[in-house]
Amino acid sequence: MTPSDPAPPPQAGALARLRRDPAAVAGLAALLLVTLACLVGPLFAGHAYDRIYYDYPRTPPSWRTYPDAGTLGPALDRLALRMRVRAEDVAVGPEAVRLTLAADRPVDERVLGFLARSDLFGPARVLARSPDGHRLTVEAPVRRLRFLLGTDALGRDLLTRALVAGRVSLALGFLATAVALGLGVAYGAVAGYLGGAVDAAMMRLVDILYALPFVFFVIMLVVFFGRHLALIFLAVGAVEWLDMARIVRGEAMAIRRRDYVLAAEALGATTPAILRRHVVPNALGPVIAFAALLVPRVILLESFLSFLGLGVQEPMTSWGVLVAEGARAIESSAWMLAVPAAFLVVTLAALNLFGDRLRDALDPREA
Amino acid sequence: MAPLLALRGLGVAYGGRTVLHGLDLDIARGETVALVGESGSGKSQAALAVMGLLPDGAAVSGSARFDGTDLVGLPRPALDRLRGARIGMVFQEPMTALDPLFTIGRQIALPLRAHRGLSRRQAAARARDLLRLVELREAEARLGAYPHELSGGERQRVMIAMALACEPDLLIADEPTTALDVTVQARILDLLANLKRRLGMAMLFISHDLRLVRRIAGRTAVMRAGRLVEAGPTARLFAAPAEPETRDLVAAEPAGRKTPPPPGSPVVLEARGVTVSYPGRGGWPWRPAPRRIAAAGIDLTVRAGETLGLVGESGSGKSSLGRALLRLEPAAGIVRFEDRDLTPLSRAALRPLRRGFQPVFQDPHGSLSPRMSAGAIVTEGLRVHAPALSARERDARAAAAFAEVRLDPGTRHRPPHAFSGGQRQRIAIARAMILRPRLVVLDEPTSALDRTVQRDIVALLRDLQAAHGLAYVFISHDLAVVRALADRVLVLRDGRAVEHGPVEAVLEQPQEEYTRALVAAAAL
Repeated sequence: MTPSDPAPPPQAGALARLRRDPAAVAGLAALLLVTLACLVGPLFAGHAYDRIYYDYPRTPPSWRTYPDAGTLGPALDRLALRMRVRAEDVAVGPEAVRLTLAADRPVDERVLGFLARSDLFGPARVLARSPDGHRLTVEAPVRRLRFLLGTDALGRDLLTRALVAGRVSLALGFLATAVALGLGVAYGAVAGYLGGAVDAAMMRLVDILYALPFVFFVIMLVVFFGRHLALIFLAVGAVEWLDMARIVRGEAMAIRRRDYVLAAEALGATTPAILRRHVVPNALGPVIAFAALLVPRVILLESFLSFLGLGVQEPMTSWGVLVAEGARAIESSAWMLAVPAAFLVVTLAALNLFGDRLRDALDPREA
Repeated sequence: MAPLLALRGLGVAYGGRTVLHGLDLDIARGETVALVGESGSGKSQAALAVMGLLPDGAAVSGSARFDGTDLVGLPRPALDRLRGARIGMVFQEPMTALDPLFTIGRQIALPLRAHRGLSRRQAAARARDLLRLVELREAEARLGAYPHELSGGERQRVMIAMALACEPDLLIADEPTTALDVTVQARILDLLANLKRRLGMAMLFISHDLRLVRRIAGRTAVMRAGRLVEAGPTARLFAAPAEPETRDLVAAEPAGRKTPPPPGSPVVLEARGVTVSYPGRGGWPWRPAPRRIAAAGIDLTVRAGETLGLVGESGSGKSSLGRALLRLEPAAGIVRFEDRDLTPLSRAALRPLRRGFQPVFQDPHGSLSPRMSAGAIVTEGLRVHAPALSARERDARAAAAFAEVRLDPGTRHRPPHAFSGGQRQRIAIARAMILRPRLVVLDEPTSALDRTVQRDIVALLRDLQAAHGLAYVFISHDLAVVRALADRVLVLRDGRAVEHGPVEAVLEQPQEEYTRALVAAAAL
């Protein structure tokens, strides 16, 4: 090495640069946390995502447990009416209620099923029975329920639903983006690098697909293949790769004129090798930026399809569907919008942050 | 008399990194002072600091007194009254220094209307006079032209006209001729010297090229690594440089001659009637526009151990011809490499033969893929021609190739941007050499480099040639480098071979007018 050629200090790889970047680490951590929560969270939430609590529609988010002490008495009266008995000597304790069911005829023990079936009580136990059978003293444990993030209009736990919805949305977002990425990058790189007639033919095909109305396309798929979640992946991926192909094609057209591509050609590298080693890696910057934007777009597109009845169906749900439901209930119960929106915002912000930093880290000029 | 511009301890720092250490320099009225140094020596930073054009992150210290006013830290409105009016500036790159959206007439009129308050009509009349002053052909018609309609030299004339619009006391010219052809360079220099005399202004001429400075400047200041090394009358500096840095720069002119190849060396490359043409602009599918001819019917032969210099101005077709010889460009005519005719071979059939003939390109920044490590770039050819090699063996070969081009093998895992321009060119050379080619086409491999780096690359190329008996086709507009490297020279003009012969004969006694102009402009 000559003394007149001073070299800057050594550079580490893109991964090391990424690991040193606190914003990238935070973004990735948030993303993994949300994903993990969606995967295992519903197991610990204590509610099934499709369980309807008829007694608790539109419950606001809180740390409190339900039912309240004040609501138990009236609720018991309503239940007694349906059991065709009178509730007497009601004693509400913190853990259980004790009461006597009285009637003018012998009380059938099967009516206790009403207690267990309500959302308020567990299975009841008979403590004492009057000799004529007209009075039945029972004890039923009070079922304590907690809705951290409230319930929806039907009384389903919103936290559980948001987490389950996250599975659908995240899977769709990432898989459809991956489909678009793979197809679009390969197609665009080939078209842009080869150029000429090949490029013209390939890009006209893209133009034709662009011209197809998206909803029409999805309806066709649904008509022919029936309603299935996999079809949504296919439909969204099949539409979104077009943009990606155009972006990559533009990059590839610029890259193929670079001297390093010419040098590779002079070395005798084959076209696939040039595409793999030179064109695709150097086109990656805008691709990553676009992919980070594509994930939210796909998630919102899915909600649009679901709104039309072409996407996921009740009781299954997705963030997009929850947001749409919440938007309709915004005046009476704003949390129904806030909860899924918060999940969406955290995920997308983390994704954009990470995508941004990833692009920077992959750019070798960033020291 | 007080100097027009007095720099005292002018310093520029970015963050903690100081790029200019306390520069002291005086420029008297009507004087031309040259600021010379290699890239990164801080000469442009000094000029930008004077003009207040440094980016926000730059911290400027010291003082720059222009006619009594300190320009450092001067508020923007006061600075704007001076810049463009009393201090004009010409930049290096005439392609990007003009706004492509406005006609040149409007761009020249802008400072006139801003500083002199001329009406639109008066400004247009003055712009016309200015274009005549800078000797632009058809000045009247060119007022309405857009920058892309002008050649590089014409654009630089427009830039000079803009800088002179308000008759400044000081003209700062930052490498005004570096991006131009040699013959154009000479004309622009003459123009600047002429204008300076007629208008009586002072000039700060910034350049990395000592030969230019010698022609134009009365006094020269030499810089290196952000410090002033030596300043004095130009003639004295050249005759008796006091400091080793100055001596280094003066001696950086490529020197020496190549030893001719042994007689009877085998012919490596033979080209007959090579013609390169590109589709013309415009036209219709049924009647295409005539094709633009880049190289017309060129014949040449190169023997083992021999260097053929391809010389000409930009646009003379020398790079197109170079690519056609490597079969990287579709071309008519016959190209024979050793004993095989390459012309009828398909791309696929050509691939295994390619290890025999390799290119090295001009721009060391553009010719290395930015996302690969230097070692991977160097060994890419092995993946094609020696696919049996394991990754470990390839890495060992990369280390050996680095050592051959005198780079530290320990640096081979770094990306290309971690290397300087000269080092990158060494990487590009290593990439070609690792395949042990018999022919290398060097397309201006030294043009983007500083003189001292250029000298080292020339020496490296010469050593490699001697060691491996390589045949070179050396493309350059720089006759000094060609003379140091070539055995024979082929002069191209507008795609045609104008003159051909041994290097001494062509450069000492050029037969053609065009060659004479080239040699005169290079001031050999």
